[in-house]
Amino acid sequence: MMPRTVFSIALVIGLALGGCSTKPVIISGDAPEEPVFTSERLIESDVQSPFVINDPLEGFNRTMYRFNYHADRWVLMPAVRTYRFLIPQPLRTGVRNFFNNFFNIRTFFNQVLQGRPVRAMQTTGRFAVNTTLGIAGLFDVASHAGMPYHREDFGQTLGVWGFGPGAYLVLPFFGPSNIRDGAGLAVDSAFQSWLDPLNFDDHPSRQYVYYPLMILDTRDKVAFQYFRTGSPFEYELVRRLILTVREIEVAK
Amino acid sequence: MRFLFIALLFVAAPGLCANDYAFPINNPFLATVVGTPEPLRAELPDKARLKIRRLSRADWEMPEAMWFSERLEYSYRMQRGPAPMIFLIAGTGGFHNTGKNLPLLKAFFQAGFHVVGITSPTHSQFVVAASTTGVPGHQKNDAEDIYRVMQQIRDDIGQQDRVTGYHMAGYSLGATNAGFVAELDSRKKVFNFDRVLMINPPVSIYSSISKLDRMLQNIPGGMDNFGLFFNNVVQAITGAYKQSSTVEFSPDLVFEAFKDNPPTTEELGALIGIAFRLASSALIFTADQRTDFGFIKPSNVHLTRNTSLGEFGQVAVRVGFTDYYHEFFWPFYEPQYPDESRDSFVRLHSLYAIEDYLKGAQNIAVFHNRDDVILAAGEIDFFPEVFGDRATIFPNGGHLGNLEYSYNMAKIVGYFK
Repeated sequence: MMPRTVFSIALVIGLALGGCSTKPVIISGDAPEEPVFTSERLIESDVQSPFVINDPLEGFNRTMYRFNYHADRWVLMPAVRTYRFLIPQPLRTGVRNFFNNFFNIRTFFNQVLQGRPVRAMQTTGRFAVNTTLGIAGLFDVASHAGMPYHREDFGQTLGVWGFGPGAYLVLPFFGPSNIRDGAGLAVDSAFQSWLDPLNFDDHPSRQYVYYPLMILDTRDKVAFQYFRTGSPFEYELVRRLILTVREIEVAK
Repeated sequence: MRFLFIALLFVAAPGLCANDYAFPINNPFLATVVGTPEPLRAELPDKARLKIRRLSRADWEMPEAMWFSERLEYSYRMQRGPAPMIFLIAGTGGFHNTGKNLPLLKAFFQAGFHVVGITSPTHSQFVVAASTTGVPGHQKNDAEDIYRVMQQIRDDIGQQDRVTGYHMAGYSLGATNAGFVAELDSRKKVFNFDRVLMINPPVSIYSSISKLDRMLQNIPGGMDNFGLFFNNVVQAITGAYKQSSTVEFSPDLVFEAFKDNPPTTEELGALIGIAFRLASSALIFTADQRTDFGFIKPSNVHLTRNTSLGEFGQVAVRVGFTDYYHEFFWPFYEPQYPDESRDSFVRLHSLYAIEDYLKGAQNIAVFHNRDDVILAAGEIDFFPEVFGDRATIFPNGGHLGNLEYSYNMAKIVGYFK
């Protein structure tokens, strides 16, 4: 499968380059010159700073973060801009509704695994309404009717089961994540391939519509842009941001 | 006779109406953080539809860890027909098309102007890509950098046959920048600005940054609790994050995260201080990398694209604007200014340095708020004294809290009409 190949290649490139040191390089003399302000002078050791988080894969992660910036800037965002230009808003809304509805399948199974029968029922109801009345999910009838929407993935399920997030991990294309959620993503994808709800096995050509549209829609709805935060500490601050956001999603 | 009476009323109205100004937030700290409540905002289009372009790379050496900032971006949008062009300079740490630049660019374009958004010379991208010295805050140097950038932008956009004249606007530090650029232009005469509007400028940058630094004393438990309070602010920003959020660490966007859930009055000042800390930390660390001054990065150490920067970040947020002034900015410029002292140098970066020019410049106006939190006591009087009737002082609004208020926005746009 094409997206998977690209993903693997990016992963290999990252691993190959990721060994690079994350230490500063001393360019003259034996030791760093003492700057005006040092961490020894200013930092209270008892407070966990949002800038400093255990990040054993930092070399790999930083390389991947840059890879994502380039992929985003030269491939994904131009594609998204073309998509926005060519496809009128109502159709794009239809595409978004379709995928939101389609991901109810994933959400449902995860809610079952999390032991949340009420929410799983709500998800089933929503899926039934939108798939029928909403014409294969193109129209979000359920939201108009006030039915609650949940989104759960296997990373969250693992979190509910008590697995910690593990190390921070920047995935190619998907962006910042952690070990647990990266594994969760792999399980969700494998499960979906096995379940094959859109019957790709008998109709392989459907994949050529499904994957491009899913990628375009996923990128289209995220406003974040790499290296636009105005901070030289973007990597550190985004790391804090993403880890917290996932903590909150698991707790929900 | 009756007509005359009514006419007289209108003439007197601006003076009389001071009490009738209806911006509803009277706490200047709260106004600064939460801004204008949604229903009272000027009506603007949802999308600005700005075009973003990047200028060619400057020829100085760029810090490797800042590789993504090597070219200065700007945004613009041209009207179909001939129109005047407004250059808008962002405030401290502000980017060309986000924060408060965005509503202003929308409003100016909606009113029929070509618009250009310029990133603040204190934004790290500007420091890397467009600051000749790499040590921002020096008003004369920054003005020269901005002026050069404006000319590059003018040439980059082209289509000058459709530009019937030039205006300039800026808010906060960007307003001070605009004043110095206008003064420069009065001598160089490249743009011959028809109108210049300064919105909520500091009078003395040093006095304003001292005030912003002091606001951190409002941290519950004092400066000893800086780390904890900073964590809470970052936590709140991350908690407010949605897929549709723009992620930017400028004061405007920090306030955005707290708009719907502002802290208690005592903590508002601390929050404002922290918001500017995020901007100052970026500026300071970038300037340190440009110059190898050895401020927080050891001077003999090279940062690569992969270098872990967390510890530097941790130190950078603990260092204030005033530390930057005393232990980086002044020592860096001192050799070039043998006749100045640490204290007298402050004056060069205040509006006092161009006071005579501002007094006579009929094409410059200022809008300000009597309760602006970045001004020291009494500083507001500078504006009526120097600008005379070209100064409009609103009774309340804090620091730019009333910028998007429909009444203010109409005044701002109206000034250029």
